[in-house]
Amino acid sequence: MNFTLHIWRQSSADSEGHFETYEARNIPGEASFLEMLDILNDSLVTDGKEPVAFDHDCREGICGSCGMMINGRAHGPGRKQATCDARMRMFEDGQSITVEPWRAKPFPVIKDLMVDRRAFDRIIQAGGFISARTNAIPEANAIPVSKPAADEAMDAAACIGCGACVAACPNSSAMLFVAAKVSHLALLPQGQIERGDRVQRMVAQMDKEGFGNCSNNYACEAECPKEISVTHIARMNREFLRAKIYER
Amino acid sequence: MVLDSKIPEGPIEKKWTNHRFSMKLVNPSNRRKYSIIVVGTGLAGASAAASLADLGYKVLSFSYHESPRRAHSIAAQGGINAPKNYANDGDSIYRLFYDTLKGGDYRAREANVYRLAEVSGSIIDQCVAQGVPFARDYAGYLDTRSFGGAQVSRTFYARGQTGQQLLLGAYSALSRQIGAGQVIFYDRREMLDLVVVDEQARGIICRNLKNGAIESYAADAIVLATGGYGNTFFLSTMAKASNATAIWRAYKKGAAFANPCYTQIHPTCIPVGGEYQSKLTLMSESLRNDGRIWVPKKAGDLRRPNEVPEEERDYYLERMYPSFGNLVPRDVASRRAKEMCDNGFGVGPTKTAVYLDFSDAINRNGKKWIEEKYGNLFDMYHEITAENPYKTPMRIFPAMHYTMGGLWVDYNLMSTIPGLFVIGEANFSDHGANRLGASALMQGLADGYFVLPYTLPNYLASHSFKKIFAEQPEFKEIFSAVNAGTKKLLSIRGKTTVTDIHRELGKVMWEDAGMGRNAKGLKHALKRIPEIREKFWNDANVIGESGSVNLELEKAGRVADFLELSELLAADALHREESCGGHFREEHQTPAGEAKRNDKKFAYVAAWEYTGAGRKPVLHKEPLKFEYVKPSERSYK
Repeated sequence: MNFTLHIWRQSSADSEGHFETYEARNIPGEASFLEMLDILNDSLVTDGKEPVAFDHDCREGICGSCGMMINGRAHGPGRKQATCDARMRMFEDGQSITVEPWRAKPFPVIKDLMVDRRAFDRIIQAGGFISARTNAIPEANAIPVSKPAADEAMDAAACIGCGACVAACPNSSAMLFVAAKVSHLALLPQGQIERGDRVQRMVAQMDKEGFGNCSNNYACEAECPKEISVTHIARMNREFLRAKIYER
Repeated sequence: MVLDSKIPEGPIEKKWTNHRFSMKLVNPSNRRKYSIIVVGTGLAGASAAASLADLGYKVLSFSYHESPRRAHSIAAQGGINAPKNYANDGDSIYRLFYDTLKGGDYRAREANVYRLAEVSGSIIDQCVAQGVPFARDYAGYLDTRSFGGAQVSRTFYARGQTGQQLLLGAYSALSRQIGAGQVIFYDRREMLDLVVVDEQARGIICRNLKNGAIESYAADAIVLATGGYGNTFFLSTMAKASNATAIWRAYKKGAAFANPCYTQIHPTCIPVGGEYQSKLTLMSESLRNDGRIWVPKKAGDLRRPNEVPEEERDYYLERMYPSFGNLVPRDVASRRAKEMCDNGFGVGPTKTAVYLDFSDAINRNGKKWIEEKYGNLFDMYHEITAENPYKTPMRIFPAMHYTMGGLWVDYNLMSTIPGLFVIGEANFSDHGANRLGASALMQGLADGYFVLPYTLPNYLASHSFKKIFAEQPEFKEIFSAVNAGTKKLLSIRGKTTVTDIHRELGKVMWEDAGMGRNAKGLKHALKRIPEIREKFWNDANVIGESGSVNLELEKAGRVADFLELSELLAADALHREESCGGHFREEHQTPAGEAKRNDKKFAYVAAWEYTGAGRKPVLHKEPLKFEYVKPSERSYK
């Protein structure tokens, strides 16, 4: 298959970026989107040109490193996929494809398609955990968890922290990411003690990083590679309100 | 070099308890005076950094990723073992110890393996307390399943994403310490060398991958948790940037490298599609609980799988190993799959695959039941192959997956360089010649949560430390050498891409030092590797400059190390004239085609010492003594 690629090139955080056009030739349909970029990069290197920089690692949709806007869609046109999961057979032969980095103020561009997503880590550092010290713990089966609660917590915990929710949101909101963690821990008995404190700290950090608010657009859920539901945002709002009422 | 394993005296079930009591402690108010560098943030690194910080030590944590959460432990699917005996099926610490030692084909230390089994129960407790959403039954208690090499149900899991959930648990513990200022996290840093001062490991040199700056960091002890060297084979289930640079540079600074030839090929991966392919994707071993492996009885059968009637299918694992069936250990399942394909029974367009069929389980328990257990794996398979595994059997083939070998460590997880500790996949310690499924997560977390937090303070308490600065001569010297190394890579300016050279190396390794090895092939590899290395240093095209993000330069540095490590791997495989676990020498097999060990000659750990560029490494042997389990032919029949 052949494609015409319009790729965002930007040499560093403070330089101006621009689109460059490349022709990708003889790409197997089974190749992943990243493998297509590998082929392009190999040909750029052979021609003595600088390859396109992008984050990636596991290439099986779980590490959350990769992330690109492909024709205006976070992680490309497929549902339930990270960029590395997208296969070229999803595109039409001869199609033009525009590739951009995540666009959000709290995710500054490092180079080309690489962005700085440390804001997510700082939100977790602010409170996205249960403060269990090593070894200061009860026997595992001493804490029964109802199956529905465990299952729903798992649905939320499946988040890979890729940032597609932020990139897809017109407000650059990180609500889905934050809510997934709040929800995961609030659903479990182990998470009850720090419940109020946790949601308040995480939301405060989220605001501090400059992420926008939720206006019920639901683009986040639509683009989430793990299909995390916006109902977790509702739960986070409730958790937040509850904390404000009971714990002030 | 003297290899002292420092295995404590006493009966096996008392060794760790006694040793913990005999170790020295650091007073809580003195702990903040010590600093510890931990390289890597996978299960082992994150759990160690969080636990050491919990104790009050100052921890410096490093990762080549931007976030600690992206380490490749995240991709582990199936589960984690612990002998809780919740299934009431006769499990015990001793049985897990026995299964692991036998699974490793009697090439691991008894004392280490026993300790691993002993602390593994606490790992589940720890993870539950952190909020890891393990699978539960309807009463709210923890659910378990079976894995290869065991006849009990001792594997805890979180859907097909157990590694992700355990890593996110460790990441949350680490994040808590970063937030509290007890851990300083250095993102996008690649360790390029180790600094040894007065015969103690005291620092590391890194490249900042964001701006290319070479940086020096000093501490009182160094922990390497940088994973395995599976990417030597180019195509593997490893993450793309997963590399051996940290352990390889430590080896060149005097840390012995043990059993490099013990590599694991995982039986259930999606087969290679074409040259463009950048990595291989694993399908969890847990699938073998409900999937049945088969090939057509007739060689070269071109029919579609659903057209082959039941009586014309050969469920060869069930036929050859009636008591373990599809759940034989990985090395056995891999070898048999290769043998079937070599003999012409392979299926699919390339004829290098066997079927993994779920139709019986679907007919028995319904599609929903399968979906709940393996949904994400089925989706992943569907995405990659465009085939629906609910309707047609999966096609699978073995792929490079894990390395049991690694830096040699004693019972305290310390390498032959004082103050350099190695944990998780990066060390050689607990899996012998073959790792059982669901044991990697167990070992990584055991090392990080429950072993290193005791043994490393013991080292600190029993040594004195001179004040150290990253500006002193020992650091400056290595700093300059690292800088020169980077410049050298950028000065080659050849014509062949680094990826092409790496792929060439991978082909040689897979053909000659992969699943089946023999003296002729290994000698061929030992001839080819230096040729490829020479090609790399003369003709690699390493583009760009050092002072900014340069992914090609990063790749080149890693491949340069694989080009050296691969030679040690092949030499070790050639010297080990026996078959054991994942190391299968075709010259040494039983009439039934099983691995034939030679306990008289090879019941030892092969630890290699670096002696300088261009010189042959020196072999040191640590004899393995078996007091509790008598080595026998590993039978799963």
